[in-house]
Amino acid sequence: MTSATHRSAERIGHTEQGPRPLPPLAEPRAGRQPETVDTVLQNGLRVIAARHGAVPMVELRLRIPFAGEDPAHPARAEVLAETLLTGTRRRDRVSMDTDLAAVGGTLQAVVDPERLSITGDALASGMETLLDVLTDALTEASYPEHEVSGERDRLVERITVARSQPRTIAREELQYHRYGDHPFAREVPQAVDVAEVTPEQVRQLHREAVLPRGSTLVLVGDIDPAATVETVRRMTSGWQSEDAARELPALPEVAGGDVRLVHREGAVQSQLRFSAQAVPRTDERYPALQIANLVFGGYFSSRLVENIREDKGYTYGAHSTFEFTPDNGTILVDADTASEVTAAALLEIRYELGKLALVPPSEAEVESARQYAIGGLLTSTSSQSGLASMLMNVAALGLGQDWLSEHPDRLRAVTHQQVAEAARWYVPTAFTGVVVGDAEQLGEQLRGLGGVTLP
Amino acid sequence: MVEPQPHRVTLPNGLRVVLAPDAEPGSTSPGGPPVVGVSVHYDVGFRSEPEGRTGFAHLFEHLMFQGSESLEKLAHFRHVQGSGGIFNGSTHQDYTDYFQVLPSNALERALFLEADRMRAPRLTEENLRNQVDVVKEEIRLNVLNRPYGGFPWILLPPVLYSTFANAHNGYGDFTDLERATVDDCAAFFDTYYAPGNAVLTITGDIDVDHATDLVHKHFGDVPARSVPERPSFAEPAPSGELRDRHQDPHAPLPAVALGYRLPDPVGELDEYLANVVLAAVLSDGDASRLQQRLVYRDSLVVDVHAGAGLMGAPLDARDPDTFTITAIHSPEVTTDRVVDAVDSELERLATEGPTAEELSRVTARWSAGLHRDHDRLVSRTLDLGSTELLHGRAELVGELPARVGAVTAEEVASAAKALRPEARAVLEIEPTSEADGGAA
Repeated sequence: MTSATHRSAERIGHTEQGPRPLPPLAEPRAGRQPETVDTVLQNGLRVIAARHGAVPMVELRLRIPFAGEDPAHPARAEVLAETLLTGTRRRDRVSMDTDLAAVGGTLQAVVDPERLSITGDALASGMETLLDVLTDALTEASYPEHEVSGERDRLVERITVARSQPRTIAREELQYHRYGDHPFAREVPQAVDVAEVTPEQVRQLHREAVLPRGSTLVLVGDIDPAATVETVRRMTSGWQSEDAARELPALPEVAGGDVRLVHREGAVQSQLRFSAQAVPRTDERYPALQIANLVFGGYFSSRLVENIREDKGYTYGAHSTFEFTPDNGTILVDADTASEVTAAALLEIRYELGKLALVPPSEAEVESARQYAIGGLLTSTSSQSGLASMLMNVAALGLGQDWLSEHPDRLRAVTHQQVAEAARWYVPTAFTGVVVGDAEQLGEQLRGLGGVTLP
Repeated sequence: MVEPQPHRVTLPNGLRVVLAPDAEPGSTSPGGPPVVGVSVHYDVGFRSEPEGRTGFAHLFEHLMFQGSESLEKLAHFRHVQGSGGIFNGSTHQDYTDYFQVLPSNALERALFLEADRMRAPRLTEENLRNQVDVVKEEIRLNVLNRPYGGFPWILLPPVLYSTFANAHNGYGDFTDLERATVDDCAAFFDTYYAPGNAVLTITGDIDVDHATDLVHKHFGDVPARSVPERPSFAEPAPSGELRDRHQDPHAPLPAVALGYRLPDPVGELDEYLANVVLAAVLSDGDASRLQQRLVYRDSLVVDVHAGAGLMGAPLDARDPDTFTITAIHSPEVTTDRVVDAVDSELERLATEGPTAEELSRVTARWSAGLHRDHDRLVSRTLDLGSTELLHGRAELVGELPARVGAVTAEEVASAAKALRPEARAVLEIEPTSEADGGAA
């Protein structure tokens, strides 16, 4: 199209020498495990500090279990997260930001049905400032009237924007379909509830729920772990309560059943979202299930992606992931497909689920997934931010750095037979889910396919 | 921290190679984790695709994953992931990148995979049709089926720019994508994917001499081909305010994007960096000017963002490049009120400049952000590669904190002064649906 005298595609794809052999892998070099201190302070806060990485930074993650059964809880929690860092006795919103910026730092708070999460980072030399701003907010957040009312108004509009995103709609529908009115399903609060939140309600929620006992603080970076824990001990000594932060009530098991079609006006693509019950991450069957899941749809070289993307072109991405809470684990399968091929994609997903459960993965499939799982842990924890997030993910389940260090051996020990057994979690009848799309276009085909409840 | 100086080799076929080890050769330091990053940047992006073939550079990027002489379809993915690694590629205005991050024992394998597709990719009708379908799904996902899709990177350029190269949609129209032929692919490859038009970057847990030997072994016999003369995409700056509207059936709230021309990122780097600082003074953090004024004081907008660069990051393109300010606002607030408030803040900065405290805040955050970014091997690898390609000096990556730190209040004031209403584009997003977010 540009070069006047270009070669043909056929010519480009062949050299005189012909195909070459793939080079073998070299001997792996073992990584060092980060020096870590993992302890529970007198106030009940678990602190994990790890020295890791080559850049002069520190990454911060704080998880406060933050569940609430009250229907008004999600709205109050959302306003709390949005205004936690907007004022204390010592600082207003601007001085919080400028104090952080002086040490190259940031802090953000977000909330979901399970927890209040605070993430941050700063130059390692500024860690005390980062912790000072954080503990100032944890112990003295004042929720100024004008900040709460301003943020409340903006939240109402941001919620409208969030609910216009297909992925948010689909997630909300799936949660409702799986868990009904369990608090876990209340992710995005209702705008009408947010509009009624008062500063005093937020202050009360803070007093009752922003608690150290049961919470976890992770600090990873160019730091001395033992000295860091002492710094945290000193700086959080004013954060005290006999009560414990609130964990989510136990989740019911996901039961297989019909997929529900949800209409979205004007949709040109459909969101397919399916789920089945699995095991907690702490279960001894998890490593085998992790490998089975990769084979199914957990990475690009999986049966599902190779089928519905690379063979049929139905989707840009298809995924199979886990969702873990402390005592529970589920499988989530997702793909977005054009309306015309949505029913066909559903058929292929069902086929691949059934095939995985009935036809055990080959040795080659298991080995590839095993290597990806081992290598993925290495690459994803090679950065400070990656390790901090991973440590927090496993800490929420009661695990720590030891579990991460031992996980490659756990994966190496998984037998082919164990993967075949784990694959049975994927029988199609174990799954339920939703399809969000243009029901006018999808209804007929999905009705024909069966197992779909139409609107 | 001082970034280690990258090493540089150029092969006889013209391939430029940048090597950035965790530890210097001979060092006794234990180095970082046993992970390597490998990337190849080709000096062609979507500004180079011809009329009638919008989206072709990106489509071709997909084709490069579809096999090569020694690798069947799917083999690339399987070899990278089966070695414990990750991969991806992305298409920008002026370049296309491909990368892997893997355990360091898979370095030779990654080099083999990149060399094989640089030498002899398999460009077939079947794979082309399959990837046209995949790309159309990607566009539905990221643009057509969601609110604010393509805002502002696809929607703003046709307002601000007049030439096809700068104005057209880099994701492509479906009709153009469907028209693409295997012979188009062959022509594109032969024209732009010559080794002399590419930069190979290797970072992380490597020994420079060993890695250099492996580069010669695998890339040494990729035949040299002529390298196209790089076209200039220069066009005159607008001589008035250019306005347009876009109707978005999925958006619940109106939005506005302002687009301005930036100084030449390569030829006027320090002036460009003053704009990078300006963007941070305007919208980075709760204490920034536009957050304070538009979000917290006047409650005009839900979100506001200012930035140098069209695709979300500065220094990602050659000239011409775009400074953008975007905001989502409630329907009760008119576009003019939002734009007037932006103008008055720009005017204030142009007259008074930022305070010393604002400048040091921005500088500290920027350096920290760069450290943090480069702690991720994939970012470090891609930054070194794109900087070598666009600026000819990967070293610039390590020098940026000092250069940004040297930007003065006067330079930021000048940058603010140059963002004039009479030389900008204003794009409004009009929600056209009454839907309350959709789910009935």
